[in-house]
Amino acid sequence: MRELLMGNEAIAMGALAAGVNVVCGYPGTPSSEVVETVAKRKPDGVYVEWSINEKTAMEVAAGAAYSGSRVLVTMKQMGLNVCSDPLMCVNYIGIKGGLVVLSADDPGPISSQTEQDSRHFGKYAGIPVFDPATPEEAYRMVQDAFELSEKLGTPVILRPTTRVCHNCASIEIEEVKSPEKPEGFIKDSRWVIFPRLAYSAKCRLFEREEGLSDLLSQYCFNTTAGKGKLGVACGGVSAAYTKDVLAELGADCRLLNVATPYPFPSKLAEAFLDGLDSVIVFEELDPVIEDALTEICGRKGLRVKICGKRTGHTIHAGENTHFIIKKQLSAFLGIELKEEIPDFSDAPELPARPPILCAGCPHRAAFYAVKQAMKGKKAVFCGDIGCYTLGNAMPLDMVDTCLCMGASVSVPQGMYHSENDAVHFGFIGDSTFFHSGITNVINAVYNKAEEIVVILDNSTTAMTGHQPHPGIGKTMMGDISEKISIEKILEAVGVTSVRVADPLKLEEAVDAVREAASEKGVRCIIFRSPCVALFKPDKKMAVQPEKCRKCQRCIRELGCPALSIEDGRAVVEPSLCNGCGLCAEVCGFGAIEEVRG
Amino acid sequence: MNRSFLLCGVGGQGTVLASRVLAQTAMDRGEYAGTAETIGMAQRGGCVVSHVRTGSGINSALVPEGGADLLIGFEPSEAVRCMKYLKPDGVCIVSSKAVQPVTAALTGKRLDSAEMIAYLKKHISRVIVVDTEAICESCASPKVLNVALLGAAAESGKAGVSTSEIEEVLRKRLPEKLIDMNLKALRLGAEAASEE
Ligand code: SF4
Ligand code: SF4
Repeated sequence: MRELLMGNEAIAMGALAAGVNVVCGYPGTPSSEVVETVAKRKPDGVYVEWSINEKTAMEVAAGAAYSGSRVLVTMKQMGLNVCSDPLMCVNYIGIKGGLVVLSADDPGPISSQTEQDSRHFGKYAGIPVFDPATPEEAYRMVQDAFELSEKLGTPVILRPTTRVCHNCASIEIEEVKSPEKPEGFIKDSRWVIFPRLAYSAKCRLFEREEGLSDLLSQYCFNTTAGKGKLGVACGGVSAAYTKDVLAELGADCRLLNVATPYPFPSKLAEAFLDGLDSVIVFEELDPVIEDALTEICGRKGLRVKICGKRTGHTIHAGENTHFIIKKQLSAFLGIELKEEIPDFSDAPELPARPPILCAGCPHRAAFYAVKQAMKGKKAVFCGDIGCYTLGNAMPLDMVDTCLCMGASVSVPQGMYHSENDAVHFGFIGDSTFFHSGITNVINAVYNKAEEIVVILDNSTTAMTGHQPHPGIGKTMMGDISEKISIEKILEAVGVTSVRVADPLKLEEAVDAVREAASEKGVRCIIFRSPCVALFKPDKKMAVQPEKCRKCQRCIRELGCPALSIEDGRAVVEPSLCNGCGLCAEVCGFGAIEEVRG
Repeated sequence: MNRSFLLCGVGGQGTVLASRVLAQTAMDRGEYAGTAETIGMAQRGGCVVSHVRTGSGINSALVPEGGADLLIGFEPSEAVRCMKYLKPDGVCIVSSKAVQPVTAALTGKRLDSAEMIAYLKKHISRVIVVDTEAICESCASPKVLNVALLGAAAESGKAGVSTSEIEEVLRKRLPEKLIDMNLKALRLGAEAASEE
C-alpha cells in the first residue's frame, strides 16, 4: 500500500514492520512524531511510552532489549546528551533484542540550541550509524538497523535530519503484524558492567570496527556511480539535493553516497577515490565524511584533494539547499550557470516575523505579571526550553538566559552564590519540570540557594506538539494514570513557599509574585492555565473605538499577535484573539471588552 | 509531468494541510509526491513555507529557486518574500489579506497589502488575487483560507489538478462536520480565479 508519510511516520511504520516490541522516548523537534505514530498505528503486543526524559527512556530501552524485545528509543540530538550516560555503557554491555536509537539532528538549527552532529556519537560509542537521505530510505534503514543491531548484539543509531523527519513522501509500506513475543530476561554475568568485563568489551568494540566497515562497504545504500577525474561525496539529505542538481546540470562525475558514516565504508571509499584528482563533499553539520576521506587519503597515500568545510568550499553551518549545492558544485565542476536570478532588490520592505507566543498564551500573562511585580527591582530571569523561551521577544523581554533542559532552576543558583542582591527567577514549563527540574529544586533546597521558581503549568508539552506528561495522567497506551502533583513534589522536597495562581487573573498573579519576592529561600509559584491550543475559547475581546484613547499601552506591553494599530487605535483581530482578557486588564480606560466568540 | 508548488504564509494559516492535499491528489493519480513543510518553533507566528513536488524521478521535495510552477501566497508579504522560487512563466495565487506582524504593531507601521500585490504584479505576469476575507466570512470560518486558495490554484490550470480531485481528497481527510464548509470555500476560491 502507498501512503503519504512524513519521515518520522515512515520511521515508525518501518519499526513496526520490523516487529518492534517497545518504543519509548522524550519529545523533541524534529523527532516527536515517531512515538505518536507508533501509538496510533501499533498492532497488539507493542508497548509505547513517553518517558520523563531521554536518560530514563534509554534505560527503559536497555531493559527491554536485555529481555529480548526489539526496541526503538527516540529523541532529538540534544536528548542524546541527556542519555549519553546509559548509552556509553550499553554499547559495552550489548543487547539481546535489537536496539535502535533514533537521534534526530537539526541543521540550521531550526528548533534547537545547537547544531550538534549525532554521527560523532556513533564513533564515540563505537556503534553503527545509519543516515537516511529521504523518508523512503528512513523506512528501509530502520529495518536494516534492527537487523544489524541484533546480528552484532549492539545498539545502532539512526540519524535522520529535520528535512528527512519532516518531509513527506509517497511510500510503499508493508502491512504490520503483531510482533513476536520476546524471550524474557535470562540471568547472566554479562549484564553487569565491571572493570574486567569493560576491558574485554572495549577490545571487542575496537576489533570489530574493521570487519563492520567491510560489511557496510557492501550495504545497498552506500553506493558509487559515474566516471571522471572529479568526485562528489555526500550523505544524508545533501545526497538527495546533490542527485537532483547533477541531473539538472546534466553533469557526469564520480559520486559516493555514504549512508553509514560510522563505521565508514572505507573499502568502497577507496575504490571511489582511486584515480580521482579532487573531491567535493556535501554534508550538513560537521565535516564527518570529509574527515573520513582525508584520513583514508593519508593512510593510503592517495593524492586526492578533498574539498569541503575545512577548505572553505562548502558552508560551515546551516542547512544545505539545492541552490547552495548547485552553486558550489558547478564551480567545482567548472560548469558555468546560465540562468540569471531575477533581481528583487526593489521589493517593498518585508516584515520580520520572529516566532511569538500564541494570542492568549497564558505564558504571556505569567511573564507580564512577574515583570509588573518586579518593576524597578533588581531581578534576573532565567528561561528554559519550551514555548516560553519565546518570552524573550519584545516587548516582554523576560528571558535573560536559556541554556538547556532544566537549567532555568539551576543557573539562578550559581548566580545567587555569586551575587545575592538580586532576585533570581527561573521559568520552567510543566513537562520540563518533570524532565529535569525536580533534581535542580532539590539542589537549591539542600544547598540553601535563594530563588523563585516559576512553574508555567499549561497541562501539556506544547512546543513539540502537545504530548502528555506525568502531570496530566494520560499515557501513550491510552491508560489513565494517577496525576502527579507538582505541588506535592515541591512540598516533599522541602519547599515551604508554594503558591498556585491563575496567570490570566492579573492582580492575583502580580500579588503572588510580590509575596514570594518578599520571602527568603526557595519559593515556587505555579502559574496554572491551559495552553490555548488545547481548547476552543468561548469569548473574544474587542476594542470599543470610542473609548480607546490611542495610548497603545496594550500593544507596547503585551505583544499579542491579535493586537494591532489602525489609525492610532488598538484593534483586536477577531480571527486570532483567544479571549484571554489580558489586554482588557492592561487597558487603563476600560476600552477593551468581551464579545461573544 | 513533474510539477512544483511553493506555499508560503504565516504559522497557523493551514499551509501544511494544503500541501498534503496537493500531494495526495498526485498520489491518487498514481504519481510520486513529496512535501517539505516548516514544523516547530516557526509555526508560532513565524514565516512558514511548504514545498510540494509531484511526478517522477524526484530525489528531494525541496523546490529549488526558480523552480515552482505555482506560488501560493497565504499572505501577500510572504508571497513577495518567496518570489524567487517561481519559474519565469509561473503563476502566483495570493490571498489579499495581510497578517500584521507583532513587530509592525510595535513600530506603529501597518503592512500594506496593496503595495505587496502591486509588486507581485510588476514582476509576475499572472497573479490571481483571492479575496479570502470575503470567502472566510461567507463560510463563517477563518480556517478555510487554505482550501479557498487551493480552489483558485486548481482553477488556474497551472496546478495540473481539478477541483473535483481536491474535493475527493478533502472528503477523505476532513472530519464530516467540516466538509460542507470547506467545499464551499473550494468553490468560492475557484470562482475567484475564474473571474480574474
Ligand atoms: S487580543 Fe487580548 S484577549 Fe485576545 S488573545 Fe490577545 S491579549 Fe488575549
Ligand atoms: S502552543 Fe500553547 S504554550 Fe505554546 S505559545 Fe501557544 S498557547 Fe502558548
